[in-house]
Amino acid sequence: QDLSLPNGTPVETSSPASSSSLLNRLQLDDDLDGETRDLFVTVDDPKKHVCTMETYITYRVTTKTTRAEFDLPEYSVRRRYQDFDWLRNKLEESQPTHLIPPLPEKFVVKGVVDRFSEEFVETRRKALDKFLKRITDHPVLSFNEHFNVFLTAKDLNAYKKQGMALLSKVGESVKYVTGGYKLRSRPLEFAAMGEYLDTFSLKLGTIDRIAQRIIKEQLEYLVELREYGPVYSTWGGLEVELSEPLEGVSACIGNCCTALEELSEDMTEDFLPVLREYILYSESMKNVLKKRDQVQAEYEAKLEAVALKKEDRPKVPTDVEKCQDRVECFNADLKADMERWQNNKRQDFRQLLMGMADKNIQYYEKCLTAWESIIPLLQDKPETK
Amino acid sequence: MEDCLAKKMEITVSEAEKRTGRNAMNMQETYTAYLIETRAVESQGEGQCAPVDSLWRRYSEFELLRNYLSVTYPHIVVPPLPEKRADFVWHKLSADNMDPDFVERRRIGLENFLLRVASHPVLCQDKIFYSFLTQEGGWKEMVNETGFQLKADSRLKALNATFRVKNPDKRFTELKHYSDELQSVISHLLRVRARVADRLYGVYKVHGNYGRVFSEWSAIEKEMGDGLQSAGHHMDVYAASIDDILEEEEHYADQLKEYLFYAEALRAVCRKHELMQYDLEMAAQDLTSKKQQCEELATGTVRTFSLKGMTSKLFGQETPEQREAKIKVLEEQIQEGEEQLKSKNLEGRDFVKSAWADIERFKEQKNHDLKEALISYAVMQISMCKKGIQVWTNAKECFSKM
Repeated sequence: QDLSLPNGTPVETSSPASSSSLLNRLQLDDDLDGETRDLFVTVDDPKKHVCTMETYITYRVTTKTTRAEFDLPEYSVRRRYQDFDWLRNKLEESQPTHLIPPLPEKFVVKGVVDRFSEEFVETRRKALDKFLKRITDHPVLSFNEHFNVFLTAKDLNAYKKQGMALLSKVGESVKYVTGGYKLRSRPLEFAAMGEYLDTFSLKLGTIDRIAQRIIKEQLEYLVELREYGPVYSTWGGLEVELSEPLEGVSACIGNCCTALEELSEDMTEDFLPVLREYILYSESMKNVLKKRDQVQAEYEAKLEAVALKKEDRPKVPTDVEKCQDRVECFNADLKADMERWQNNKRQDFRQLLMGMADKNIQYYEKCLTAWESIIPLLQDKPETK
Repeated sequence: MEDCLAKKMEITVSEAEKRTGRNAMNMQETYTAYLIETRAVESQGEGQCAPVDSLWRRYSEFELLRNYLSVTYPHIVVPPLPEKRADFVWHKLSADNMDPDFVERRRIGLENFLLRVASHPVLCQDKIFYSFLTQEGGWKEMVNETGFQLKADSRLKALNATFRVKNPDKRFTELKHYSDELQSVISHLLRVRARVADRLYGVYKVHGNYGRVFSEWSAIEKEMGDGLQSAGHHMDVYAASIDDILEEEEHYADQLKEYLFYAEALRAVCRKHELMQYDLEMAAQDLTSKKQQCEELATGTVRTFSLKGMTSKLFGQETPEQREAKIKVLEEQIQEGEEQLKSKNLEGRDFVKSAWADIERFKEQKNHDLKEALISYAVMQISMCKKGIQVWTNAKECFSKM
């Protein structure tokens, strides 16, 4: 049976490829527009739950799909952060050769951040929505059983307890033992990826610090502006003919203060969290790269052990063959995911940075409007009495 | 009304130069000299320009001129000089008198001072002022020869009058309060403005760091690299733009400062009125008491306690001749006093009239100037906003190409 990709390239069958990596390669050219999509997931409607033991927030997770793997075309369930965290762990366990998207930070310093403030909840909601959308867009992860249950089960906790029993049913999950083997040579692309991720997360860290510093400086600027505006008003109270112009300037500065406040809020809520998400993403990707190294090292070690045995007709034992498969599957999955990640990263940052530029443009436009509107007031000549 | 000097003569303070010399105590000092250039304005426009006269003056000479004008024309709100030392500075601005930016702003301030004086209907006609502009040597001696320093009222005397005057003109009392409040509010404004400038500087400069990190990041990217790199360049432009913006704002601050110092000049006129009024009240009081003394001596009745009265009781009464002599002296003094009182009253009324005329002129000037200053400030803000929009739009375009 000859398998070939949609563009005619024959699929390599030198080693039994796992169904996941085959599926991966077939869907490499998959479009992300609405036409080929058959799964849509949204996170919204945060609600606060007050119980005797604790207070927490749940989010509504809505699914619309035409996939056969789902019994119904629509689902609506409520999930809390723990559930998302559980999902992510399950995905890491069951799909160790793939890059799992990051979650927003789990812990927040209780004194500093209000976990129930509107801003915090909204920021988290956006991040959770992004998390599920990234999984939805992934050709392998979106078919994961745990993901399916997460989207559909009324009682997720019952399913969680079953845990291990269900895991054994899923054929794709393979336990990888990280045995501390030494790696001979890392394929160039993964070495390059590792180096890239190191520099990338470093630069993101720097940008995060700069952005925080800017917000801090802006807030200090705001403090002074808030004192500055009213002084014009006080002066206006002393004057007769200059009263209106001075009041006008005071009001104008007040408007600029509001605009600045909005800019700082936007940067805090929309810009910083995404940066931090990508830093977390890089960290988890580096871990996957390490796992890959381990799998390769194990294979190399086993291969070496076999080579040392002197036999006339060396037959490659099955477990070494299995190791080779593992390595090749891992490499294929990871390579595909890395390409997808690079592309998504480019789009995400394009959007993020354009958004940052937009917010600043809007801030200046608001200030411009305020000052332009006051010019006629300042030029106004009082009626001769 | 004669045309003021400003219309007949072009006056500029065109240059500033660092000089070294010896001061009064024969110690070496460094100071700045300013070049004053004057040229007669040709009304015919024949294409031939009158020659430019020039001379150098230092700040202390300007101070001497202003002191002379303040003393000689106490009913005029005399234009103030730019500040002696840099005040209300924000951290990037130097507080050093030798700093080129400070010197430049002072040059403009001194020119402004001369133009103000030259456009004043009364002050522009002063001969000492004219000589200041045209006579290089011997001007200082000329000023001192006027003996104006003797006419100057002592601060202590003025303070005393402020506290003790009973019936000052209500308008001046109100004006005094106004000038106090004006000083207070403009000082506050200038202080906060300096802090605002400081903070704004910080915001802009930190963005420069984006330039560097975007450049470093672009090195490891393939498709995103160019967009990031060029956006970083715009961040550098943004960070650099604040220097010019804040330099322009200093001119606005200088305009406010002028009126801060003008408030002091207003105050001086009020003080002069209080002094004259107090003087008048004291003279009237003195006259009343002399008249009373006279009456007592003439009639022999003692209505008020006097030490003389007590001693004469203790040591014996005066002789009729002595009493006559005293009465005569007092009568002379009373006549003198009445004449003095009359002239003081007249002086006082003249002062109030002419001072108030100049105050009205000043009010109009102030309203006009401050409105212009506010407009130019708004225009500066508009320009800053437009620059900001431009830079971020450019950056956005670069990001869109990522």
